[in-house]
Amino acid sequence: MVPIAYYLVLSAILFSIGVAAFLIKRNIITVFMSIELMLNAVNLTFVAFAHQWHHVSGQIFVFFVMVVAAAEAAVGLAIIIAIFRTRSTLNVDQVDLMKL
Amino acid sequence: MTDVAQVFRILPEVILTITGVLIMLGEPLLAKNASRKPLGWLAVLGTLAALFASFWQLQLPAGTAYFGTVQTDAFSVFFHVLIAGIVLVTLLVTLDAAGRDAESLGELFALMCFGAVGMMLMSCATELLLVFVGLEISSISTYIMAAFRRKSAKGPESAIKYFLLGSFATAFFLYGIALIFGATGTTDIPQIAGLLSTSQVPVFGVIGMAMILIGIGFKVSAVPFQVWAPDVYEGAPSPVVGLMSTAPKAAAFAVLLRVLYTALPALHSHWQPLIWWMAALSMTFGNLGALRQQNIKRMLAYSSIAHAGYLLVAFTALSPDGIAAASFYAASYAVMNVGAFAVISHAGGMDDRLTLIQDYRGLAYRSPLLGGALAFFLISLIGIPFTGGFFGKFYVFASALHSGLVWLTIIGLVNSGIAVYYYLRPLVSVYSKPVHSDLLDGIPRVTVPLMFALLITIAGTLILGIVPGRVLALAKAGALTLQSTVSDTTTAVK
Amino acid sequence: MQGANYFWNYVPLLLQILAAAGLGAGMITASWFLGRHRNTKAKLDAYECGVPVEGDARGRFSVRFYMVAMLFILFDVEAVFMLPWAVIYRELPKISGSRLFGFWEMLVYLGFVLVGFFYIWKKGILDWSADKGDL
Repeated sequence: MVPIAYYLVLSAILFSIGVAAFLIKRNIITVFMSIELMLNAVNLTFVAFAHQWHHVSGQIFVFFVMVVAAAEAAVGLAIIIAIFRTRSTLNVDQVDLMKL
Repeated sequence: MTDVAQVFRILPEVILTITGVLIMLGEPLLAKNASRKPLGWLAVLGTLAALFASFWQLQLPAGTAYFGTVQTDAFSVFFHVLIAGIVLVTLLVTLDAAGRDAESLGELFALMCFGAVGMMLMSCATELLLVFVGLEISSISTYIMAAFRRKSAKGPESAIKYFLLGSFATAFFLYGIALIFGATGTTDIPQIAGLLSTSQVPVFGVIGMAMILIGIGFKVSAVPFQVWAPDVYEGAPSPVVGLMSTAPKAAAFAVLLRVLYTALPALHSHWQPLIWWMAALSMTFGNLGALRQQNIKRMLAYSSIAHAGYLLVAFTALSPDGIAAASFYAASYAVMNVGAFAVISHAGGMDDRLTLIQDYRGLAYRSPLLGGALAFFLISLIGIPFTGGFFGKFYVFASALHSGLVWLTIIGLVNSGIAVYYYLRPLVSVYSKPVHSDLLDGIPRVTVPLMFALLITIAGTLILGIVPGRVLALAKAGALTLQSTVSDTTTAVK
Repeated sequence: MQGANYFWNYVPLLLQILAAAGLGAGMITASWFLGRHRNTKAKLDAYECGVPVEGDARGRFSVRFYMVAMLFILFDVEAVFMLPWAVIYRELPKISGSRLFGFWEMLVYLGFVLVGFFYIWKKGILDWSADKGDL
């Protein structure tokens, strides 16, 4: 048996990589991918805990996260296409018509 | 329990889903250049039906359905009625503001119905899975609504900012749920409470709670998770901003109340200081930020950050009075803010012809009704007596003082003072001597849907400001059901 | 075997990975040293099934590909709920207390999927040949 802590540490690392990439990366698609990475890190956590508690609800949760991630991906890509149409760039630093 | 009785527990959601589906079926069947207004009226009918269905749910005994995932009680009814009311007014405002030729207007109406379903599910869910699904239904609908003006440069920019930060927040929210699941082995809100209060507080539970707080903090735009709000509000069409600055926030606050008070009362010594700081910072940052805004939508965005702060003050009170005050405040803020955006939507239309505060100079002379309504809502946002805003603030600060939060109350009162200044600027502008302006001349005539929308919001603000008793009674009943869900943890809260 | 010892089970796998990597690296290095290098233009070109290379790989694709990709993602993932449903279908009457509960639930679910399908169909997204200049 691989101890559950290994899975949790791995998913925490993946989640942190996702957060770091979200903050550092400048291309919208890459930023978007980092969010997907964060969601998948959460999925790993859910499955690990579901195994630990011998409870299937964690795995059901993963199904819903996957579906929601797909819906978000579709909406996100649609918005990204709209951005590209009006700007011809996908660099987040140049999507700055409205400044704080 | 039979299937029939179970359906009644989610009747408003079912009605709105069917309405949304009918609109989706109707939209492509209509000719390309046909008016989409009939679909809007269909949505209005569906929302009205959902509103009455929510009221009707009051007579059901409080209880759960669908394997304990939804719970109908006074608390859920309060937020159902509030959300249905906001969506109803928004639909009317959209019918008024959208030109005949606005394309894919049907999609907007359907998305408003679906978004309302998500928000309603959030307020009645007692299972974190359903909370998550409801949160996402409402979020994804609002992302698309924010992108409605996709041909202008600001529309997609506003949507991508909302989308990226919103999904970022969702990931944190989910990680929080995962860790709480890890700590307790369940995602059922009442069960979590039982498991956490009996055992040693696990470290996963605390981290999970903090993560959930981050996720919800983004959704309600509380400091330090507020950066998206001004940009998104500026770029999205005004009727949609009226909706997304009130309804999803009210639903997110409902989730936060349920999670903090029903699921995690055992951790209150951990979350209370966090909320204290979020409340103080949101009030201060929101009000100071609003001071130097020239764009009226950005100003109202900062004001909505500040109002989220006032609402969080009531969370910190840790008492049924605090919960009731928070619910009441959500309702009073919703009616006045949606009302203010109704005027802005009509004056500026879907594509924001009037953006700056000084553009509204002389509005009251051009149209006494519009100018007077905007002034009235601004007065209510300040919190002057005989308006809903006054009692909202009154109950919040009273509950905070009752729980001995003197410093937070002082910060809140000072902030209310600062807020007067920036709300007065548009107010003065509206009643300044008219300068001849093409912008004001371009404002179309007031239509029937807008009349209804203004009637509902003005009446709502007055009722909450003069006879708040019944609304407050419902909010209090909601607060009590929230705490009696788990009887053995009431001692942990106080 | 439990605990740290458990990972000794993976040592053969590690050896296998090392052997595979070593074999691959060894063969490439060996051919580098043993073979002769006589590069012509044709040899250095990108290999595209033996056909002469045409155009740049970084060209922009029609937005229709993205539309179809997005729709594929959405409709593809709907199936994820059908699998668990099918697995416990026979036990659903016992759980829900109603004989056809599970059947109707799935019909309602599929109904929603079909509404979405109807919408994109009627909106003309699936119509590849039509001119949709502003989609």
